[in-house]
Amino acid sequence: MTLPVLGWQGLVVLATFGISLLIATYCTYAERVIAAFLQDRVGPDRAGPFGLLQPLADAVKLFTKEEFFPAGANRALFVFGPCLAMITALMSSAVIPFGNFLQFGDTIVHLQGIEINVGMLYVFGIVSLGVYGIMIGGWASNNKFSLLGAIRAASQNISYELAMGLALIAVLMMSGTLSLREITLQQSVAGEWHFWNIAKQPLGFLIFIVCAFAETNRTPFDLPECETELIGGYHTEYSSMKMGLYLFAEYINVFVASAVMSVLYFGGFNFPFQYELRDWLVSSRGLELVTAQNIITILGLVGLFGKIFAFIFFFMWVRWTLPRFRYDQLMRLGWTILIPLAILNILLTGGLITFGVIK
Amino acid sequence: MSPLFLFLSFVALLSALGVVLAKNPVHSVLFLILTFFTLSGHYLLLNAQFLAAVNIIVYAGAIMVLFLFVIMFLNLNEETEPHKPALAKFAAAIAGGSLLLILVAALRNVSPAGYDPASFDSQIGMVDKLGMVLFRDYALPFELASILLLAAMVGSVMLGKRETGERNF
Repeated sequence: MTLPVLGWQGLVVLATFGISLLIATYCTYAERVIAAFLQDRVGPDRAGPFGLLQPLADAVKLFTKEEFFPAGANRALFVFGPCLAMITALMSSAVIPFGNFLQFGDTIVHLQGIEINVGMLYVFGIVSLGVYGIMIGGWASNNKFSLLGAIRAASQNISYELAMGLALIAVLMMSGTLSLREITLQQSVAGEWHFWNIAKQPLGFLIFIVCAFAETNRTPFDLPECETELIGGYHTEYSSMKMGLYLFAEYINVFVASAVMSVLYFGGFNFPFQYELRDWLVSSRGLELVTAQNIITILGLVGLFGKIFAFIFFFMWVRWTLPRFRYDQLMRLGWTILIPLAILNILLTGGLITFGVIK
Repeated sequence: MSPLFLFLSFVALLSALGVVLAKNPVHSVLFLILTFFTLSGHYLLLNAQFLAAVNIIVYAGAIMVLFLFVIMFLNLNEETEPHKPALAKFAAAIAGGSLLLILVAALRNVSPAGYDPASFDSQIGMVDKLGMVLFRDYALPFELASILLLAAMVGSVMLGKRETGERNF
């Protein structure tokens, strides 16, 4: 039995891993810069040019702080919690198709960690495991505020997973596949007008993005770490790099959620007129088809990251604009508004597919 | 037998034992989650990707979160654990032991059913094949199960609905 990830594909996995970490690192910087921008402040500008070395300074600070264990804490699980949060956050980016493929001679490198035909379910499964990191950490701290945060996180994640899954079903009804690569490729077909899924699933996208905010515990749904009620929520007792891992995991989750939304609803690595551009490169600039395709792939990769950064900006924009929900409002929104809406969306999509309006 | 299978089975048995032997109920739940993971690994080895993913989502991701949730709420631990009388322990040991005996007796002479490599369809566990089987051969049971789940979901939404005159905090 040979392992499927070796050679070039292994490099892609490593690169995905590295990029996830790098983006999470600079999200901490971007969050503060955007917060400063939205609140008309200066923001971090001391470490390096434009404060670009701020994440490095933060890392030094977090690593050198005191490692603190609260009295009566379950030490093993106290350490295991943040590790688990980090592991689950990093695992989900493996199946996201960041680009089409690059061809060098006979070697074809798909810019995707692993292509599995249940890719969407894989992401969904890993996301549903993400809550364990928070729950275990919150419980092991032996602090009632941590425990309340952990319990809020668990019920919030379960409630919003339902609506998220139902919103996803409408997309799957159109695509007929669970593979993220297939879903991306279907959103652009050479030689005909083809719209991204956002044009066919506006309601589904709205439900999905609200659920994505809730699943990543971002404001306005950051009830698990609501500091006005719970001090710091599940990470009240955490300090030093264990605390850093929780914050990091949140930013990686934001990155992955942005990537999944770009792939499902905004065409992934497709961009408008890509086939025309490829044919123009071949016919007018005299490039070989392979080279032209590689250029399109790289442009698509850049385009996808543009979409992802736009979504990350949106996440931060919302955080510094909207106040936090109350807990009962959050639950009511999930169960009595989003789930019925998602079921309605499924019926609507089914009807439109049956009458041939969309496919 | 592949080394991966042996490793997964080893971890599965070890973590299943951990579920029973752990003193702390939270540890038991975590061991149970690990057991589900190794089971998903087995499904993957059998080329059943869909089943593996759904096992993680439903069991490890949703049901076990609720287990953990309830156990954390109840704050069960060694100090608050009620001590059962010796008679109950004795009866439980006998019941469990006889179940083991029956299982061993039933499975003693079973040999693993082979498969015919010529006619075996390696895609049988893939999601589209599974969907075909579910909707073609088992359409009625499938739909009945889905109605049951829908009823449960509607019920939970109804329970959470605000009633007229209820205090709005």
